[in-house]
Order: sequence, then C-alpha cells, then structure tokens
Amino acid sequence: MASITTSQPVVAPLPAPVHAAATVRIEPPHGWLDLRLAEVWEYRELLYFFVWRDIKIRYKQTVIGVLWVVLQPLLTMGVFTLFFGRLAKLPSEGLPYPVFYFAALVPWAYFATSLSTCTGVLVGNQHVITKVYFPRLVLPFAAVCTALLDLAIGFVVMIIITLAYGYRPGPAILLIPLFVLLAQMTALAVGLWTCALNALYRDMAAIVPFVIQFLMLASPVAYSSTLVPPRWQALYHLNPMADVIDGFRWSVTGRGHAPGPMIFVAAGVVALVLVGGLMFFQRIEGTVVDRV
Amino acid sequence: MSDVVIRAEGLGKRYRRGLTGPPETLRDALTRVITSPLAAMRRSTQEHFWALRDVELEVRHGEVLGLIGRNGAGKTTLLKILSRITRPTTGWAEIHGRVRSLLEVGTGFHGELSGRENTYLSGSILGMGKREIDRKFDEIVAFAEVDKFIDTPVKHYSSGMYVRLAFAVAAHLEPEILLVDEVLAVGDVNFQKKCMGKMGDVAKAGRTIVLVSHQMNSMRRLCNRVTWIDAGKIRMDGSADTVVNAYEAAMSQGGGTPVGSRTGDHTRGYFTGWEIVDQEENSPHTMAVVAPITVRFMLRLLEPIKNGVHGVALYNAERQLLWAWAAYELNLGTGAHDLIYDFPLLPLKPGIYTWNVSFWEREQLIDKGDLTPEFHAVVPSFQHQFDEWTGLINLPSEFTVRPSSAPKVRVHAGD
Repeated sequence: MASITTSQPVVAPLPAPVHAAATVRIEPPHGWLDLRLAEVWEYRELLYFFVWRDIKIRYKQTVIGVLWVVLQPLLTMGVFTLFFGRLAKLPSEGLPYPVFYFAALVPWAYFATSLSTCTGVLVGNQHVITKVYFPRLVLPFAAVCTALLDLAIGFVVMIIITLAYGYRPGPAILLIPLFVLLAQMTALAVGLWTCALNALYRDMAAIVPFVIQFLMLASPVAYSSTLVPPRWQALYHLNPMADVIDGFRWSVTGRGHAPGPMIFVAAGVVALVLVGGLMFFQRIEGTVVDRV
Repeated sequence: MSDVVIRAEGLGKRYRRGLTGPPETLRDALTRVITSPLAAMRRSTQEHFWALRDVELEVRHGEVLGLIGRNGAGKTTLLKILSRITRPTTGWAEIHGRVRSLLEVGTGFHGELSGRENTYLSGSILGMGKREIDRKFDEIVAFAEVDKFIDTPVKHYSSGMYVRLAFAVAAHLEPEILLVDEVLAVGDVNFQKKCMGKMGDVAKAGRTIVLVSHQMNSMRRLCNRVTWIDAGKIRMDGSADTVVNAYEAAMSQGGGTPVGSRTGDHTRGYFTGWEIVDQEENSPHTMAVVAPITVRFMLRLLEPIKNGVHGVALYNAERQLLWAWAAYELNLGTGAHDLIYDFPLLPLKPGIYTWNVSFWEREQLIDKGDLTPEFHAVVPSFQHQFDEWTGLINLPSEFTVRPSSAPKVRVHAGD
C-alpha cells in the first residue's frame, strides 16, 4: 500500500520471543478454585498505576488537598472529645481524649475508606473493564492500597499529638505494620464480597455505608473496649477492627492494653472470608462485564 | 511462519434479555428467593438470547482477518471474548502470543490528569510496561503532535488533541496479535493517514490483526481474509474480495429483520413503511448511486388530524444523528398519506442507516420510531482511499484545474 507521505514509519519487526510464546486458553468459567493470583503479580505495574491514579485524582480534586487528610480525623477527634469525652465522660484508659480518639480514628478512617472504595471499584471502572483485559482482582487490591498514603500521613500527625501530650511510644510501635496489615486484609476480605455483589446487584452500594456505620459502633473508636462486659469480650474481639484499634492505641501511646489472643482468631476468620471472597470474585469476574 | 495463533471452536455467548431480566437489586433477589424459591431457581429460557453460536475460527500468524456483518451480528462480542473481556458461555479459544485490544479511543484517560500522566496510565492499562512507555514516550508525543501541551490536564485539550494522543498511545502497542474495533475511526484527515499508515506497518511487520469494520473498501485493501458473521453465526469465510462482494450483494437485496422500537398507541394513526421512489431495480430500500433521490414515508391516519407535526431523522449504524427535519401545521384527513422527501443528493458512506419518523398532533404523540427495513447505501466511495474510513460524508465532486486569471485583490482573514 503506497503511502502519500514520503517518510516510511518503521515498526520494529517481531522480536524473538523472550520466553516460550504464552498460550492463553479462553473458556466459560467453571469451578471455584480458579484463583490465578500469579496473574495479578504479573500485572503489578498496573496495580501501581491504578493506586497512583486514584491518589493523584483525589488530591487534584479537593481544594484543600493534603490538608483534608489531616483535617478530617482532627475534626472528628474534636467532636468526639467534646461529646463522648467532656460531656458523656466515657473512660479513655487513662489517656487524654485527643490522643485516645485520634489513635483510633487513623486506622478506622483507613478501613472505612478502603472498604467503601473497594465496594465501588468494579462499577466505577466499568469504562475500563469493558474495553481492556487485565485480571479484575487488580482493582480491589488497588482500592485497599490507595488509602495507605492517608494512613501514613495520619500516622505522622498521630505521633506528633501523642508526643505533644507527653506520651512516648514503646517498642510495640514496631507492631504497627502488622495491625495495618490486619486492617487491610479485613477491608479486602469484606470488600471482595461487597465489590462482587455490587457489580451484580446495584443496591449493595447503598447498604455498605450503613454496614460501615454499624461496624464503627461495634469497634472501640468512640469508646474504650474495656467498657464491654467480660463475658462478651471474646465475641467483641472477634471483630478484627476492635483488635486493630486496641493495638494502635497500645503501641503508639505505650498505655492502654494490648490486644488479646482473640486477635489470632479474628485473623483466622479474616483469612477464611478472604479466601471465600477471592473465590466468589474470580467466579463472577469473567462475566461481570455483562452486568455492569 | 504460518502457524495458527488464534484457534476457536464452538464459541457461544448467551446474554439475558433486559426486559424481564434477573433482579437488579439484592433486595429483589432476596424477596424472590423467599416468596417463590422454586421460581427463583428456575431460569426461563425465554429470557436469554445467543449473541454468538458455534463460532469456529482459525487465524494464522501474520494474517489480517476482517470481521463484517450487520449491527448486532456478534462481531464486537467475538472480539470481546478473544480479548478476554468477557468469557464465552460455550466453546473455547486458544491464543498463542501477546494480545492487545483496541476497542475504543482513550481507554483509561482521565480528564484531571495531564497528557503525560494519561499516556502512562492508558499505556499501562492497554498493556505496556512502565519501561516500555518510558522508551516510547517521546515518539508517542511526537506522533500526537501535542508536545507543548503534554503537561496540561487533558480536560483542557480540544477533541482533536485528545483523540490524537489517545490513538498515539494505542498505536505504539507492539503486540503479536492486535484486535481492533471500528470505533477507532476518528480524527482529522492528516492524522487518519498517519494512523492507517501505522496500522498497515503493523501488518507488514508480521503481526496478526483481527479487525471489525463496516468500511468494505478498507476491508478489501487491508485484509487477507474476511469472515462474515450473521446473527451470531459464521455465514461465510474466505478471501476478502469474495466475502465482501457476497456481503454487499446480500445487503443490496433489501429487506431485513425489524429494527428499533415504536411508541405511541397507534389508535389514531401509524406509519406503515417507507421506500425509495422510482427505483429501477426491485430493491426499494437500497440506494446504489449518489444522485437525486426521493424517499416516501407512508402514514395511515384513522381520524383527521388538524395540527399535525411530522418529524424525520436519519441515523447511521453507530446511532449518530446525521440529519433531522420537521414539518408543522399539517392538516390531513383520514386514510393513507405519503410524506415525500426529495433530496438533491444523499452523500452517505456505504453502510446501513435507519430512518426514524414521528407524527404528533401538537403535543400528543401518534406514532414514533425506527422504520423497518433499514436503509442500505451500497454506493461507490467518492473519497480518497486513505480517508474513506473516516471521512464523514461521501461527496461526489468534479475537479478541474486551470491557470489562474489576472490576480484580484482580496483580503482573506488568516492568510
């Protein structure tokens, strides 16, 4: 085909295959154990780009930008201190109210944002998933990573507030990454279910905020978990966020109480829900495009 | 090399019909299960339709395969299955080699991000690695000719710039197998030349392409083989010329399955059909030449209408409005009427179009909807072969050259 333009653009000839030509088999979905996690690892750069995109967009769109990340928990902390602390006089495990509340609000905000983002991530990205292939799991994984930046910023502010009130974190502070991991896995475990269900049934997105509100009341964000009567303690601490928040308060301030053995049970439950969520998500992944 | 890079057998795709479909809300789903558990378990077969049925395919390395067919025939569905965007209901396919699909322009673009950021984002979504994008970045920006604006948010780009950058990113994918949907027919003349050139180079470099298009002449030129998909099944498969000729011949026979929808209760009147007036051959719904043409819409009124309003619109295959017009204050009696339009010419590209008509009395709707059958333009192309894919109108023209006469003094803005 002769070209009117004089230059002949060059397309590189087919390179010699670096590895044996990958063969992809396309079939109807079957079975429940088709997890394909290795494929998600192959697409890890895309995961990075999705996280980067969401962070960039969020910061470009808010007028206050980075400040909002700090302001929101600070304002909530102020409200809690006033109403739950000064007026209702709820016990705060010997800590000043601002420290007590802020230490809980940072991991809670991370969890709530992550779960909420994760729920809508398939529907919100429908314009992309209907046009290109990539393992859909990348999206919920990215959704529980974007808020980590906010968490990091909140964490720094939390340390500052804690130090300002005269408390010093002990060596337990090194456990923070583990608590964060538990919060992240909980958000992902629940999020995979809500995300998949939301793609199938649109009213899921209306149910989730209610669920998050309920979970917040069921977690020791606005009150201390010591308020819970002893015979309910074990059940109460089956909620992984209860353990995460107790852990945050304890490791950052050096006071409060360490999460008990229930944290391991909670982690086990999270693992089960996570595996179930992965299976369910992968099961509907192939045809979710037909439903969005 | 002539090994098979795409092989498919028995591919089928079943969709649920929208009307009495599955519950859209969790609440409805749960209600259904509780109130009539057996009904909820049973899946009515009437609710489904097969977009693809029993499709067999074999594409060899380096081949350019075209997929043609009417709208809704299943071409894009097949492309989506091969792109792994959706999974088939039956059958299987095997693909050997790296596949990339281009089903739209600007996949992944976000208005708030700059051109640079979108290049990385879109490139990554389309399947390029970060290092690959780094390497090709300057080339992409140069191809798109947006160098000065690369760091401005894309929401400030003109639509032309947007399309150029989006296509530039897509054009620099170097997959072994490329699946392309016709939607890529956008952009201005010069840019389209570049894109067609790039596409052609991709083919020459030995890569395999599967291409969906309505542009028959492009199919003839670009493709080695063409497959005709009709109502979800393969109707014909062979060399580009053979299949395209057969397809065009079939389309010019006229007729076709009903399309579109009608509203209005039809108690006061309704359209009974349309045709091209004074056509020589026995195909009153096909236009074979770009020349003066008269179109007649038949309207039957069951009662006299005083303040009638008639609307007409012409849509193309992508449901874009090409032309619309209305006549007001029509005073018509009971019986059959012809609403006649004389066009000096209809510069339509070869393809399938739909007439949409309506009739109202003042604000009250009497009948409205797409008319069947569809309007087929099986006409020669009056555009340059590089641009006929994208040029919007098919204008016949007469060209003459002569030496300029004594120069006149004229001032042109922008000279």
